[in-house]
Amino acid sequence: MKNLLFTLVAILALTITSCGSKQEGKTEKTTLSGDIKIDGSSTVYPITEAIAEEYRSEQPNVRVTVGVSGTGGGFKKFYRGETDINDASRPIKSKEVKICEENGISYVGLSVAYDGLAVLKNPANDWLTSITVEELNKLWVPQAQDSIMYWNQIREEWPNEEIHLFGPGVASGTYDYFAEVICGKKVGTRGDYTASEDDNVLVQGIATDKYALGFFGLAYYEENKDKLDLVAVDNGNGAVFPSMETVSSGEYAPLSRPIFIYVSNKAAEKPEVVDFVDFYLSSAVNIAKEVGYVALPAEEYQVEIEKFSAFVKN
Amino acid sequence: MVRNKKEKIIELLLKLSGLVTVLTTVGIIWVLFSESFSFFKEVSLIDFLTDDQWTPLFANKRFGIMPLISGTLLTTVIALSVALPLGLTIAVYLSEYAPNKVRDILKPLLEILAAVPTVVYGFFALMVVTPFLKTIFPNISGFNALSAGLVMGIMIIPFVSSLSEDALRAVPKSLREASYGLGATRLQTAFKVMVPAASSGIVVSVILAFSRAIGETMIVAIAAGQQPRLTFDPFVPIETITAYIVQVSLGDVPHGSLEYKTIFAAGMTLFVFTFILNNLSFWIRKKFREEYD
Repeated sequence: MKNLLFTLVAILALTITSCGSKQEGKTEKTTLSGDIKIDGSSTVYPITEAIAEEYRSEQPNVRVTVGVSGTGGGFKKFYRGETDINDASRPIKSKEVKICEENGISYVGLSVAYDGLAVLKNPANDWLTSITVEELNKLWVPQAQDSIMYWNQIREEWPNEEIHLFGPGVASGTYDYFAEVICGKKVGTRGDYTASEDDNVLVQGIATDKYALGFFGLAYYEENKDKLDLVAVDNGNGAVFPSMETVSSGEYAPLSRPIFIYVSNKAAEKPEVVDFVDFYLSSAVNIAKEVGYVALPAEEYQVEIEKFSAFVKN
Repeated sequence: MVRNKKEKIIELLLKLSGLVTVLTTVGIIWVLFSESFSFFKEVSLIDFLTDDQWTPLFANKRFGIMPLISGTLLTTVIALSVALPLGLTIAVYLSEYAPNKVRDILKPLLEILAAVPTVVYGFFALMVVTPFLKTIFPNISGFNALSAGLVMGIMIIPFVSSLSEDALRAVPKSLREASYGLGATRLQTAFKVMVPAASSGIVVSVILAFSRAIGETMIVAIAAGQQPRLTFDPFVPIETITAYIVQVSLGDVPHGSLEYKTIFAAGMTLFVFTFILNNLSFWIRKKFREEYD
């Protein structure tokens, strides 16, 4: 805890100094006030909330509220003009684009980080180095329940031992994401695995069980590198281990995805929103990792910042 | 007159405080019954009792309580196989062998075992006992019934030992002295005379420990795993009824949904078990009490 606090303070110090240096040419920073309403995906919530917290010490008179209605629910409020910014774990859908147009709302979508899932095994497991998406599907679909129980049912050369599965519970966004890309939309997964919202339980379970296989957020693996081993995922184009590079290049698919914020034209007229979004994009590179995401490459953030300032000018 | 009124008021207060506990029990039973009733409107009782899969939160919904019961019974049986021999031996030692001074120190010390928070026992099982078991059984999983059961057994030792010891001490001295008078050794006196004479009290202590073990939550939620599985293999992750209730209560299952009602059906099952056990112990105490007066 102390450590976390320390790093947060360090990041804060860094961002403040970096902001300072950027604005050297400008005059003294003005104090802003007003409300910024944000809603949307629970997946994006942690990073937005962390940045909002940092921002409060920067501009204490601006009230930033971050809600969690899910990406779709958030867009409903967004196109009714009730919110300034929408957190989204997927790009806006054409249906939503149409309603925005009807309501006279234009917007800009900015990618802020990557969300990645890691497939993990016990370090003592010496037969598994990579797994294909089809194998993951075969293992996790609801039909596998009570029927795919042994390692050698997935690949013949694997041992004739019971496979012990670990993963987040149904309440977590990570579960929804995994279920959707591995098993398909609205299909869900099998239920006979150790399901826990507490990532520590999953780490503990996999780290102490040679016949375990599990998944959770990639960033959480970073903290437990010494206890678990990554499994490469093969989507048909060769086995790929998740890493900063493979996630941000999109090579590690389908278990990684970009996450976005959407800003409306009306919100972009408010100076506090513009200031907040600039702050968001310049501090995301440091905060993304803190809250469990993979940051975009630094130059990507620059591209997003330019995209946003072009949007503000129009 | 005033005094009479005072007495009446005090009497009423006493009655009310008694009623609070009764009403709480009635309220709990009412909620359990009504919520499980609406659960069984959607899921047939036969499925509930005979299906061998419990996955109500997932796509392929199955509502067989058996995996949870097997997990609960497995950890309980392991716990009792630790607590019964140890607890009984301790009770015999304390009442038949130990000098009074030793007994006065040992008994409260033993009862401290019951005062350790169960969450501490849970982490003890997960972090100390499981790694130790791994050196003996390399294939044991990180979450398993064996470690949770063993630690739970240690926790319920005082239930068996203290209550059994009380029962042994309640046996009249004359019996013990008669046994010695006939030339019996200490061991013979302890196990052939005293234990049978105190048997109803000992059985009651075991049943109470049983019912305590069935309802134990924290240890199994931490150390035994969270995977409902119909098995009696003590080396793999299982889930008990209590651990399931914890898991669902902590997640964000919508209030009033079928998933939400499963915890009441599971709770009802648990309640039926402990209710039967407590009544059994009450009945045994009444029916088999040996009277020596």
